[in-house]
Parts: sequence; structure tokens; C-alpha cells
Amino acid sequence: MILQFNNVSYAIHNTAILQNISFEVDAGDFLSIVGPNGSGKTTLLKFIIGAKSNYSGDIVFNEKPIIGYVPQVKTLQKSFPATALELVVNGITSKWKFRISKENKANALELLEQLNIAHVASQQLCELSGGELQRIYLARAIVRKPQILLLDEPATGVDLVCEKDMNELIDTLHTEMKTTIIMVTHDWSSAYHHSNKLLLLNKEMVFFGTPSDGFTDTNLARTFSNMSDHHNVTFGLKQ
Amino acid sequence: MNIFLQNALIAGIAISITCSLLGVFLVQRKMSFLGSGLSHSALGGIGLAILLGIEPMYVALPFTVLVSLLITLVNERTKLEMDTSIGILFSAATALGIIFIAQSSGYVGDAYSYLFGSILGVTPMDIVVAIAFTAITIAFMWRYWEELAYSTFDAELALSDNVHIRRNTYLLHILLAIAIVVAMKIIGIVLCTAFLTLPAAIARVVAGTFTKMTLIAVVVGIATTVVGMFVSFLVDFPSGATIIVVQSLVFGVCMVVKR
Repeated sequence: MILQFNNVSYAIHNTAILQNISFEVDAGDFLSIVGPNGSGKTTLLKFIIGAKSNYSGDIVFNEKPIIGYVPQVKTLQKSFPATALELVVNGITSKWKFRISKENKANALELLEQLNIAHVASQQLCELSGGELQRIYLARAIVRKPQILLLDEPATGVDLVCEKDMNELIDTLHTEMKTTIIMVTHDWSSAYHHSNKLLLLNKEMVFFGTPSDGFTDTNLARTFSNMSDHHNVTFGLKQ
Repeated sequence: MNIFLQNALIAGIAISITCSLLGVFLVQRKMSFLGSGLSHSALGGIGLAILLGIEPMYVALPFTVLVSLLITLVNERTKLEMDTSIGILFSAATALGIIFIAQSSGYVGDAYSYLFGSILGVTPMDIVVAIAFTAITIAFMWRYWEELAYSTFDAELALSDNVHIRRNTYLLHILLAIAIVVAMKIIGIVLCTAFLTLPAAIARVVAGTFTKMTLIAVVVGIATTVVGMFVSFLVDFPSGATIIVVQSLVFGVCMVVKR
């Protein structure tokens, strides 16, 4: 076990955001978290990175792991004067360095070259396209050689080619580097293809187990209950 | 060199370094109004000191620090934006200052000298205080610049890397309040905001990284202070106002050149 949630609940002004969430992630797992908007998926990731801590229940790490995090909504200050290279170096140092060492610069550039985005290294972050920014954030997350990689809707705002490249990279990290990955996604096929564990979430835990057991019409109807009530959605999967 | 000009240069350079170092965070965090709000709030402390017959700085310092902490606390505990929190507390503090001054039976001319400062009338003690506080600010930045820069860039990511955002923000605001009280005796309440904002804004226009922005702000702060001081001395203009005009001109030139 590398990470365990035990009865984790979270409420804002008496409104439940998450209720009694319990699951376990082992080293090398690929967990996909699937649920509708507002189901608490991103909140779970923020608990793991420590950006939110006022929950009840326990979140237990085996050892405090190195975590790489690619947020869905980029909370960076758009007007902050910073280059793409600086953001990747920030992933190495966990600081905003006053002066970047030659070693950190070389390591960051090497990774950017591997990801085919070295050409944007000296560009201002505010000048990058959505896809380029997403890949820089991914580079920032993996440059620190994380034991757990948290991906929040990694395909948001990227084109099909970029999405394919990112999926290949994520597969490589999982299969070759044995990185534990937790991915929040709306994309069921991506979750089914990548992951060995699935968490269906709609403020409470609908299902936790393997994707082949979890992707059923019943589970998805429960997960996306608000959507299916309003739009008569059926999922065309086994009952 | 004239001894008044020499003293003014030393004090002015020390204040410009302090204000520029703090100013880059104010400008980048969109809190320039905090500098203005706190410098006006200091008037409340000065008014109270005059009413009580105490040396103004002794009351203005804790008063301004208190207002700074309250602004931060109100912003933290309510859904109000920072500019609204500043607007509420600075209005209240300034109003108190005016009431205190109105109630004072003594000489109130001292209060107005703090509005516009008297850079050519600085005392050796003012210089010592300005230099000592500049040293404290540099030491603080040496320790906290990277954490403050990180949380300015992206508070959520900084939090995930165990940066103490809340503590650092309170420390920054306390330091800012002290800087304003130290600066206002020399450059005046009205011009404090400009010293905190203009060098950082000029640096933001020309710099591509936050490191360069910080260094350029300090250089611009020192250079415009020296140039402004010499010009004011030569043509007999008010020193503080001349420095601000020089800084504004530099800002205008940088804007045009960068286009």
C-alpha cells in the first residue's frame, strides 16, 4: 500500500462535498477516478497534495512519497513574469529559485527535449498555448521523478496529437518507470485502457475495484445520476 | 557635497531599496493599494500620538502594523477581496486620525509634515533607522524571497510543496507596515505608495523573470532616487515629488520602448 483513504469526508458550510471515501492504492497502480462535474474528484487530489486539509477521516501514506501534480485548472498568476524553463526547474527544486543552477537547467532542458517542447523553454508562460502549457506542467510533474503522479483531466485543452503523445508518455511512465498514477478523467475509454483500478465517484463512492467490474450501466447510472435523470442517458454497457 | 543632500541621499537610497524589494510583491500580487492604504492608515497613529503628546513614530508603528494585520485577517476570514478590506480599514484608520488631530489642543503641524515628508531634513537617527531596516528587509528577502515568489506565482502549487503561505503573507504585511512608517517620515505618506509601486512597475514592464524584476526594481529605485534628488537640489523643487516625477518619466519611456 502506498496510499489509503479511510472514511474521508469533507463539507463546506454543512454541504457535503465528499462522504465516507475509502480506497487503497498500491505501488505501481494506475487508478482512474471518474465522476461528473462537482463530484469531488479534484478535491480528492487536493487532499493528497496537501492543498486542502480540513477533511474528516484519515489519509495514510506508507512513506511520504514524492508527488507530481498536473492540475486541471491552472491556478498560476497569468501576469507573473516566468519562463517555461523556470516552471520545470520549480518541479525539481520545489521552490521558485532566485538563481537557476547549471545542473537544474540542463536536467530541465533534457526533459523538455524528450517531450519535444524544448523550443518553448525560454518563452513566457503567458505566451504558451493551452497544449504547450499542459505539457510544461506535465514536465514539471515528472521531472521530480515522482512516486505518485496525479493527473487532473490531463487531456483538457489539448489537441488530438498532443493527447496521443501524452497518453503514450503516461503509459511509459506507468509500465517502464513503475510510477503510481492517479488520474481524474471524464474519458471512460481512457480510464478503461490505462488503469487497473477504478473509483466511480459522485460525492460518495459508487464503486472501487477493477475497471472491467466497474464499468456497468448500473454503476455509471448511479455515478452520473443527475445527468441520466435529466437526459435519459443510457450507457450501453453490461448491467 | 552639501551635508543635507548627503544625508538625504543615504536615507533615500536605503528607503528605495526597501520599498523596491517589497514593492515587487505588492505589484505582482495586485496589492498596490495596500501600500497606499497602510501609509494613509499611519495618519491614525500619528493623530493618536499627537493627542496623547507622545513621539508620533512610537504610536504610528504599532498602529500601522495592527491595521496591516487586520486587513490581512479580514481578507482571510471573509469573502471580500483584498482591495475592499484595505478600503474599509484605511478609511476607518484615517478617519480616526483626523478625529484625534481635531481633538488635539497642541501643535498639529507635525502631522502635516508626515503627509509630505522632509527628505532634506533627515536626522542622523533617521538614517540609522532607515539603514537598519533596509538590512532587515534584505535579510528577510534572502530567507523568504523564493517562498514568497512561489506563492505569488501559484499559491496552490506552493501549498502542495509545503510553503507556509499564511505565515509568509503575515510576515510580508508586517514588514510592509514597518517600512511605510520608517519611510513616511522621510518621503511622506503621500509619496510612499509611489516608492512602493513605481520601481516595481517599471521593472515588470521590462523584465521577463521575477528574479530580473526584483533586481531591476532595486536598481531603478536607487537610480531614480539619486537622479531625482540631484535634480530637485539643482532646480529647488520638492525632493520627494521630483523623485516620483523622474520615476513616472522612466515608466513612460519603458512603456513606449517596450511597445
